[in-house]
Amino acid sequence: MTLDAKIPEGPLAEKWNKHKFNLKLVNPSNKRKYDVIVVGTGLAGASAAASLAELGYNVKAFCFQDSPRRAHSIAAQGGINAAKNYPNDGDSVFRLFYDTIKGGDYRSREGNVYRLAEVSVNIIDQCVAQGVPFAREYGGLLDNRSFGGAQVSRTFYARGQTGQQLLLGAYSALNRQINLGKVKMYTRSEMLDLVTVDGKAQGIVTRNLIDGKIETHTGHAVLLCTGGYGNVFYLSTNAMGSNVTAAWRAHKRGAYMANPCYTQIHPTCIPVSGDHQSKLTLMSESLRNDGRVWVPKTKELSERLRKGEIKAIDIKEEDRDYYLERKYPSFGNLVPRDVASRNAKQVCDEGRGVGKSGLAVYLDFADSINRLGEDTVAAKYGNLFDMYQQITDENPYKVPMRIYPAVHYTMGGLWVDYNLMTSVPGLYALGEANFSDHGANRLGASALMQGLADGYFVIPYTLGDYLAKIGPAPIDANRPEFDKTKKEVMEKVKTLLSLKGNKTVDEYHRDLGKIMWEYCGMSRDAEGLKKAKGMVSELRADFWKNVIVLGENEEVNQSLEKAGRVADFLELGELMIDDALNRDESCGGHFREEYQTPEGEALRNDDEFAYVAAWAYKGDNMPEELHKENLEFENVKLTQRSYK
Amino acid sequence: MRRERLELAKSQISNLTSQIKIRMSGNMNLTLKVWRQKNSSTSGKFVTYKAPGISPDMSFLEMLDVVNEDLVKKSEDPIQFDHDCREGICGMCSLVINGEPHGPKRATTTCQLHMRSFKDGDTIVIEPWRAAAFPVVKDLAVDRSAFDRIQQAGGYVSIGTGGVPDANEIAIPKVIADEAFNSATCIGCGACVAACKNASAMLFVSAKISQYAMLPQGQPERYARAEAMVLQMDDEGFGSCTNTYACEAQCPKEIKVTNIARMNREFFNAEFIKG
Amino acid sequence: MSNFSSAFSSTLGRKLVMCLTGLFLCSFLIVHLAGNFQLFKNDDGLAFNQYAHFMTHFTPIKVVSYLLYSSIIIHTIWAIVITLMNRKARPISYAIKPKDGSIWSSRNMGILGTILFVFIVVHMANFWYKYHSGETPYIEYRTDINSGATMSKSINESEFTEYVSFVDNGVQVTKSEDLYKEVSNAFQQWWLVIFYVLAMAALAFHLVHGFQSAFQTLGWNHHKYRPLIKFIGLWVFSIGIPLGFAAMPIYLFLFK
Repeated sequence: MTLDAKIPEGPLAEKWNKHKFNLKLVNPSNKRKYDVIVVGTGLAGASAAASLAELGYNVKAFCFQDSPRRAHSIAAQGGINAAKNYPNDGDSVFRLFYDTIKGGDYRSREGNVYRLAEVSVNIIDQCVAQGVPFAREYGGLLDNRSFGGAQVSRTFYARGQTGQQLLLGAYSALNRQINLGKVKMYTRSEMLDLVTVDGKAQGIVTRNLIDGKIETHTGHAVLLCTGGYGNVFYLSTNAMGSNVTAAWRAHKRGAYMANPCYTQIHPTCIPVSGDHQSKLTLMSESLRNDGRVWVPKTKELSERLRKGEIKAIDIKEEDRDYYLERKYPSFGNLVPRDVASRNAKQVCDEGRGVGKSGLAVYLDFADSINRLGEDTVAAKYGNLFDMYQQITDENPYKVPMRIYPAVHYTMGGLWVDYNLMTSVPGLYALGEANFSDHGANRLGASALMQGLADGYFVIPYTLGDYLAKIGPAPIDANRPEFDKTKKEVMEKVKTLLSLKGNKTVDEYHRDLGKIMWEYCGMSRDAEGLKKAKGMVSELRADFWKNVIVLGENEEVNQSLEKAGRVADFLELGELMIDDALNRDESCGGHFREEYQTPEGEALRNDDEFAYVAAWAYKGDNMPEELHKENLEFENVKLTQRSYK
Repeated sequence: MRRERLELAKSQISNLTSQIKIRMSGNMNLTLKVWRQKNSSTSGKFVTYKAPGISPDMSFLEMLDVVNEDLVKKSEDPIQFDHDCREGICGMCSLVINGEPHGPKRATTTCQLHMRSFKDGDTIVIEPWRAAAFPVVKDLAVDRSAFDRIQQAGGYVSIGTGGVPDANEIAIPKVIADEAFNSATCIGCGACVAACKNASAMLFVSAKISQYAMLPQGQPERYARAEAMVLQMDDEGFGSCTNTYACEAQCPKEIKVTNIARMNREFFNAEFIKG
Repeated sequence: MSNFSSAFSSTLGRKLVMCLTGLFLCSFLIVHLAGNFQLFKNDDGLAFNQYAHFMTHFTPIKVVSYLLYSSIIIHTIWAIVITLMNRKARPISYAIKPKDGSIWSSRNMGILGTILFVFIVVHMANFWYKYHSGETPYIEYRTDINSGATMSKSINESEFTEYVSFVDNGVQVTKSEDLYKEVSNAFQQWWLVIFYVLAMAALAFHLVHGFQSAFQTLGWNHHKYRPLIKFIGLWVFSIGIPLGFAAMPIYLFLFK
């Protein structure tokens, strides 16, 4: 199969409009004859389900949580970008497009990104009309703030809970459709497989997490809005339940996985405090506006710190290394996420890390408190400081914060064309679950924008085109493919339940996470990746022999749920390593030690790697097949990013 | 035969060391009394567990993770509890800890509660949210779909996607926007119901009604919404408010009871004046 | 859309009934206390007996009194209904009594209300019933209009036909049922005094929650006037009024 991204011809600014005109429409009276399955109810899923139901389609929506409102979009803090140019500071659709392409280190599609920037303005209108309480100025109009990677203020926000407010907005639209009977909501239901009939996606198999019932559901199209796979690292800022299962099972049914190695590591998270750690907590990036990052100049001082012989305040000014300010005098502490993260790792690898584990750097507010006063600092960051104190029991007004990078977002995901359709006809991927808009690195406040753009303003147009083509004839649930897929799922569940080894699922997950973090995390090299590949495949083999899965299927069974998810992570892990190994260059979140500038910055290889790596599944234990979609840049010039 | 025994011994040793490792991570020894209930149709009981070697840096849920890991190793059914984001925003975690929803710390969800709030040797009693409208799913997990149904009854502005005015065409005074935001921060965890001696859901319902009652976008459906949501709340079997304000005290997001007053006003207006 | 019966059978409607009847009872307490202050007058009960007669024979007040009786009954029955429904909302209670930050009285309005209900029954049987069934003694007052000096003497049933007040030779003559005597006699029993004082303590706690709670139920909870409501609720209704009522039996026990 050749990869056709179906990007419309013509000038960048006209592509989407022209495309919308060329898309086929479904007659209003025919819309109710179509069933659409939406898996996941985060920003992308809830907005898509609501918008499609409003158009008249019958929507079946699924989430594994107890309520659609709990999807992890809810945890996004900072804000949502939109090219509204309300502050009159020179923003435009093209500038948002340009910043996003550049921030993604020139590894995303021009057409998709431009469309994203274009519809960003509609998102804000939509959310405000829903009653989302964005921050406002005293004059009553919307407030904007600046965010990493941009020189204009285009970020709309609702205190530190923008994701929550946007998701509740989409959830309210979804609720309205549930009330009208246009959406049937299935909560505590996990998608375990995709059903394809004649190569087209026509249904899914789910497991009811309450009574274990394995069910098939039919639909003319299936939309995966299932988020990212950051939990492959075990420790990440993702929710505990976030998983790759739906996307991965779809991948095994023919959907290509694109750029799986692109992972975003967020520089300001609270460091790990021990083996018991179950997840990592993000501290908003905005802290770097006023905090100064440093570590001791010498290993000896760090060791004494770790042993508790001295405290941070005992270290004299001349013994401190403000390494970001030293290395990047013009951007200082405000370098992009990937650069800040990598540098933190570097100084810790040199043995200059702080905290008991040595895996942390200081983010010091003493200067700001001296300059602005404690009250001003508290007004800006009070809730973050409180959260930090809650978790670490340290007062950041008195002692410097300790931070360390953590896995935050995955730019990779299911390959989709301009219509958001994967390589399986009728199967779509939206939001973080697809790969399409962020290239190799995502800018802050762009994830919310993409999820809602896909759900509110892209899929309602593009889905109709496919549906009109296949026609409204009902999906035949008696086709043998449904039963066959269901049986396969049941078989897999049975196999898992038969495993009565001596190692818990969490232990495997932790082991996998450690391998991935060590060798396929913030920086990678060929040697390490090769080693990791062996380790993951061994771990996977061991998992299928020695894992403990308790209980039975017909009940609430967390050990079964987790086992299925970790089994998929184990397979995904290998593919991520393959992808990282294949990409002999550094770009954005993918940093290969072998490919760096003399100053230690990411060194792209545009001649050979300006492509999307889309991987096709070829069967158990078979190497996956690489398909390349070349990226063409007609409107931006590829340059080396520099933050000196 | 000998080899098998050797293998067994080996696995036992590795088993033991991993347990020791878990236990070595801290120095608090706790006793837990946990409500265990197989499903909604069976009755439950308290079961006592030891939680040795707990670190004060663990979150409450991480402490339960450790206990569960131990249970799984012993082939015992792990304790079921709801949780997801573990950063205090998704509203999925619950637990009544020693009689307090989300535990002893104010304005904190269970996932953000840390073990340093307890002392070595403490006995901790852990119960699910108890309300007729929140049937137990298993152990400590309850079914809160009643909240969803209340929201479905009217917790929205009836507009479709697209065709809406420019965001800045509606000017909203900052104080109003801020106040609406305060109401909108509700995470739907149900601690208000758990805390209320009448298992009343009024803090939750009123927060949503308030958000829309304050904002201009909510005006066209203001009274119909208040009526629909209140009546749905009643249908779900929640108790009525007797103004003890326990909900406000226990709300992890500090939602105020002034919301309930506002809901009352909206509802009485809907029923007696504006209807 | 609106339908009164459905409105009143909703949880909010039931609260509204509690709140309105409660507030009405609060307003009655003020009138009742003001009237009863006549007990402290050193006039052998003339003013008090006049007041008692007025309250029982003036038609508009009689109408209000029926409202009052029904308020007491509705307030009580609704309380029972609401309590039972609230119990149903939590079929299994917590093993550990919740520490929920609420004040004691707010959680125990039912107990306090029960005490008050028993009190009301005793109180009405003691005075209201006896007064209405003609078991009270009779008294005649003679007040010299010029000097203002009053003489009184008990009279028996045959000397009393109905309440009269007339001027005879510069002397104001009043013949009346002597509820005052009934009251002061009753409060010579120390146990009744204690019962009344305890009941007033219950009233204090009932109102410390009830008064401000009624405004919350009405939806009148605003940071601007909330302090005023709290102030009135505390100082007038839960301290002033119960203290005033409790002072009466104590005064009569000690000084009459």
